[in-house]
Amino acid sequence: MAARRQILQGMAGAAGCAALAGLGLGLYAQQTRALPVRALRPPGAQPEEKFLGACLRCGLCVRACPYKTLRLAELGDGVVSGTPWFTARRIPCEMCPDIPCVKACPSGALEPSLQDIDRARMGLAVIVDQENCLNYQGLRCDVCYRVCPLIGKAITLELRHNERTGKHAMFIPTVNSNHCTGCGKCERACVLEEAAIKVLPLKQAKGELGRHYRLGWKEKEKAGRALGPEALEFPIRRPEQR
Amino acid sequence: MSRAEAALHPPHAPAAAAVAAKGLLRAHRWLLLRRTSQFAALALFLAGPLAGIWIVKGNLASSLTLEVLPLSDPYAVLQGLAAGHLMAASALTGAAIMAVFYAIAGGRAYCAWVCPVNVVTDTAAWLRRRLGLRPDISLPRATRQWLLGATLALAAATGAIVWEWVNPVSMLHRGLIFGFGLAWAVVLAVFVLDLLVSARAWCGHLCPMGAFYALLGSGALLRVSARSSSRCDDCLDCYRACPEPQVIQPALKGLASPVIGSAACTNCGRCIDVCSQDVFRFAIRFDQRRD
Ligand code: SF4
Ligand code: SF4
Ligand code: SF4
Repeated sequence: MAARRQILQGMAGAAGCAALAGLGLGLYAQQTRALPVRALRPPGAQPEEKFLGACLRCGLCVRACPYKTLRLAELGDGVVSGTPWFTARRIPCEMCPDIPCVKACPSGALEPSLQDIDRARMGLAVIVDQENCLNYQGLRCDVCYRVCPLIGKAITLELRHNERTGKHAMFIPTVNSNHCTGCGKCERACVLEEAAIKVLPLKQAKGELGRHYRLGWKEKEKAGRALGPEALEFPIRRPEQR
Repeated sequence: MSRAEAALHPPHAPAAAAVAAKGLLRAHRWLLLRRTSQFAALALFLAGPLAGIWIVKGNLASSLTLEVLPLSDPYAVLQGLAAGHLMAASALTGAAIMAVFYAIAGGRAYCAWVCPVNVVTDTAAWLRRRLGLRPDISLPRATRQWLLGATLALAAATGAIVWEWVNPVSMLHRGLIFGFGLAWAVVLAVFVLDLLVSARAWCGHLCPMGAFYALLGSGALLRVSARSSSRCDDCLDCYRACPEPQVIQPALKGLASPVIGSAACTNCGRCIDVCSQDVFRFAIRFDQRRD
């Protein structure tokens, strides 16, 4: 009897210790997941929530990268420890056509279906500082535009009238999300002390329309005709003429 | 320490009698082989980044040897599966190879022969003995099994391999190969825990990875046998050297099999080393001979 009681007590103790540790771990996990995603992931990386359940933290992608772009996060980097990431301003992704990092990944955390590097979405470039971007001052820096591997597609220069001089044009660098891979070459090359164009993780770079939201003109295009009466007649309300 | 306790735990090293009887080398044979194996494993991983000799790439979680042989940690892969990610073929193959190997060679052979944390916790245990630190909190040994369950449950619940966020084992190995950051603090915590808080706390009571490999090797072919138990002179040196002393008694003093059946045994072979009477040897599981 005493032996059985001892065994039961031992089991309860063990379960208790484990429950305590598990709880702590769970809370830590929750806390870390609540932080905004900061890291740019390698090409083909699954969306962040899935990536954290798939990546084994082996670093084979890091070893495969010929430019030493990728690193495994160390404890204290502010990125989940052991997962691969890169800092665009330090070494951007050179967009290897054969995508060796994806090929090296044993777990599938980097989606093997990514065959064309131009379809990678590591992040999205955003002009975060229009007040300092030289092109926004009416100068012709254009560096981000020139270094972009998808020049003329991922970044275009949009003409705008220069109000200050009154007679010149401004060439506004404009990122197009349907082409930008998030490689970071623009951020790396920006000539300012602190880059005015930065690649942000998609979650931070993009807004999202309410799911119920429909844009009339797009629906019209899809349906081939207007969904409602073409032009609604509104009563004209004018103050009574006296 | 009372006199009775002092008699039970003489301050001399557990290998002292064996050294006198068999010589320094034979009394440390398996220990030396084990350290060689641990450092060789690490050296293979480090040769690439340090010397540009790429025999093995990656780390213990998943690696590629000579560009052809994939090896993965079955526990890490299992957590990924629990998190709901169907691992790609390479990781599954690698995990299967490792699983078969450890299922035969003794699951916790991983702990004794490969895992880098073993060096840390063995050092803590050695220092603890040298400093004569006795009183401590004792944790239940089964905590690790529960923790193993908890890590898998947490992966399933969160969809992330949560244990990897704190796992000192992968942090130490990855740290040595890819850079530590603050991970050294986690490793230090394990050392201090083992040294000052509770003897053999980490590997012997808490580590879910060890619990996983124990389960994996519960039918292992390679085991330690107390075949010559009749020669035992009750010096207790094996109990004092063994990281899991509870496993020895049934084989040494029981009437049934002379083979240490418990999956908690790490196949470290330290009992073989420290026994001045050469009671122990490596054997296969079904070897029932006693002499
Ligand atoms: S595509 Fe090339 S440069 Fe970019 S992360 Fe992969 S291996 Fe490195
Ligand atoms: S190769 Fe795949 S599993 Fe390994 S660290 Fe890179 S993304 Fe993660
Ligand atoms: S990150 Fe910059 S350089 Fe790279 S594709 Fe996008 S806009 Fe071009």
